[in-house]
Amino acid sequence: MAHMNMLQAINQALDVAMDSDPRVICFGEDVGGFGGVFRATSHLQEKYGKARCFNTPLVEQGIVGFANGLAAQGHKAVAEIQFADYIYPAFDQIVNESAKFRYRSGSLFDVGGLTIRTPYGGGISGGHYHSQSPEAYFAHTPGLKVVVPRNPHQAKGLLLASIRDPNPVLFFEPKRLYRASSGEVPEGDYQLPLGEAEVVKEGGDLTLVAWGAQMPIIEEAAEMAEREGISCEVIDLRSILPWDRDCIAESVFKTGRLVISHEAPLTGGFAAEIAAAIQQRCFLYLESPIARVTGLDTPFPLTLEKEYLPDALKVLEAIRASVNF
Amino acid sequence: MTRDTSSVHAPQFMTGDEWQIPTFALLRQDGTLHTGAEAPALTQDQALRIYRAMRFTRVLDERMLAAQRQGRLSFYLQCTGEEATVVGATAALRDDDMIMAQYREQGALAYRGFSIDEFMNQLFGNALDYGKGRQMPIHYGSAERYYMTISSPLATQIPQAVGYAYGQKLDAEGRCTITFFGEGAASEGDFHAALNMASVHQVPVIFLCRNNGYAISTPVAEQFAADGIAPRAFGYRMHVIRVDGNDILAVYQATLAARRLAVEHNKPVLIEAMTYRLAAHSSSDDPAGYRSQQEEAAWREKDPLARMRLWLEHQGWWDDDDERRREEQLRGEILAGMKRAEREPPPPLASLVSDVYDQVPPALAEQLAALEAHVRRYPDHYPRGAVGLSDGDAAKAGGQ
Repeated sequence: MAHMNMLQAINQALDVAMDSDPRVICFGEDVGGFGGVFRATSHLQEKYGKARCFNTPLVEQGIVGFANGLAAQGHKAVAEIQFADYIYPAFDQIVNESAKFRYRSGSLFDVGGLTIRTPYGGGISGGHYHSQSPEAYFAHTPGLKVVVPRNPHQAKGLLLASIRDPNPVLFFEPKRLYRASSGEVPEGDYQLPLGEAEVVKEGGDLTLVAWGAQMPIIEEAAEMAEREGISCEVIDLRSILPWDRDCIAESVFKTGRLVISHEAPLTGGFAAEIAAAIQQRCFLYLESPIARVTGLDTPFPLTLEKEYLPDALKVLEAIRASVNF
Repeated sequence: MTRDTSSVHAPQFMTGDEWQIPTFALLRQDGTLHTGAEAPALTQDQALRIYRAMRFTRVLDERMLAAQRQGRLSFYLQCTGEEATVVGATAALRDDDMIMAQYREQGALAYRGFSIDEFMNQLFGNALDYGKGRQMPIHYGSAERYYMTISSPLATQIPQAVGYAYGQKLDAEGRCTITFFGEGAASEGDFHAALNMASVHQVPVIFLCRNNGYAISTPVAEQFAADGIAPRAFGYRMHVIRVDGNDILAVYQATLAARRLAVEHNKPVLIEAMTYRLAAHSSSDDPAGYRSQQEEAAWREKDPLARMRLWLEHQGWWDDDDERRREEQLRGEILAGMKRAEREPPPPLASLVSDVYDQVPPALAEQLAALEAHVRRYPDHYPRGAVGLSDGDAAKAGGQ
């Protein structure tokens, strides 16, 4: 075990992936000699050479189009999109190409070797275009896997699993936690499972679900609720697509209450899917309506960012309302 | 950084008209060579393989359009008029070079030996279709023939070809990728992204633009203001050549030289083939609404098949009897293949959920189980889906 922050853990995961498989190739804007604007790819070019870690021109649709072709050819393409807010020029390549490559060819061809890493989320005074959480757009696309880690240990294990998974994976990195989140990370090579949620803390009164940067928020809210005598079960969804319905349903069977939180806007956010699926599965076990604590249905703001964000106090209020329903 | 250039001290604008791009041509319409032109070194076998593939493509397109008009096929799209561009370029490659085509390049598959049954199974979306009946007709793919499965969105294959070729360069096996697209698709952002990345990363890829005059109904004059597609290569400092796309010898020779640049020197190349889409855009289109019969007639005079056939006759490699026999044989084989494909069952219901991921996720397996139960209850309402389910179950469920 070594103590490190999330960026160091991601950098280590990439290092392990490139070291253990010569067909892993990392590229994107500024990822070469500079090591990425957040330094997630530091020293990889020095270590593995310019052919395997390099800068691309500033063109997201080109980066992902190139990555699709490289993956179809049999390499493991790890592409970085500098901010998730800038992934939209590549939307067609991701949604119409990556996601459908295997299906449309009847598995003659696939881009299973593709992983797209991209920092997402707010809380860093980034305004509209350095703060978005676009996971729900991609969760609506069969053929993709969507993964979000909550801390350095998770980031390393989930990223290694994503790179080696035989399906295209979007790996959303919570940039607010890049340096803010630190902890013990196993040395060397390990993977954590995709498609499986994790119960982070057991509890009996209410189930709290989130992912990525929202995890420390709901953990804080759970502690605040605990002081009021409310016992929360805290679950990290980890994979948005495919997502672990069984894990959440099991918890709700026990608690009868569910609060889901994400930074992205309310309408059409992924909490809506979870709420619909869980009320169908757990209808007769529910003690109160499933609640969502999310961003507003607005573009991401700047000066009033703190007011916009679904913070621990808002989550606590939702917990109280659910328990007192 | 730009290259060091002299500076001027008064504004000096340039338009690109300074560059004149010639058209490379070897063969006249009467099958003789232009003065001073030299034919590429093609053996009789090679030349006939090319011509047979072009003729196959022409006959296939005629037969399948007719089948579409008879209601046997939902959709079709012809290569007619562009056979020399597609087959000539493919013939200049190694058979294991990758082809990433747009959708009008069935001639490339024909050249590489894709069988009539393989064409028909895709066109009819039956249980033997490699694509499992998931895509519209003409979306062929073949791993064995190094022909990437077609995707309808325009130009997406162009940056993918750059990535594919980058992988080939890393593997250092002396192979390259060719990507085909129309002059309309070259307006897409993906085209520009691809050319720039290929040039920056020095990738063994050939970009072959079929400038066939129209993007559905939109003529080239409304597609771009420049002198065709070729000058765009200058902006990316890429090798470029314009070729008479109806001249089989010129297309073959140009692509052969382009392949050498790509494979031996990692230089990407843009080829602009000047041709004409003699047919409608697709079976859903009628060109009478946007172009004149005189224009079409003028291009029919430049038919690439007629031109190659005359050249073959001058070599003494082909004659009227060969032509008639080939035509009759093809019509018979295509008709028989069509009947075989029509008799095949549809893909099984479970193929709806396979290949979304490498394995079917549990939630998707549940969706399939629910659908199968529903189809079993109403087999008459879903005759295709009911085919794959066992008769006993379907009859029992249907009787409920």
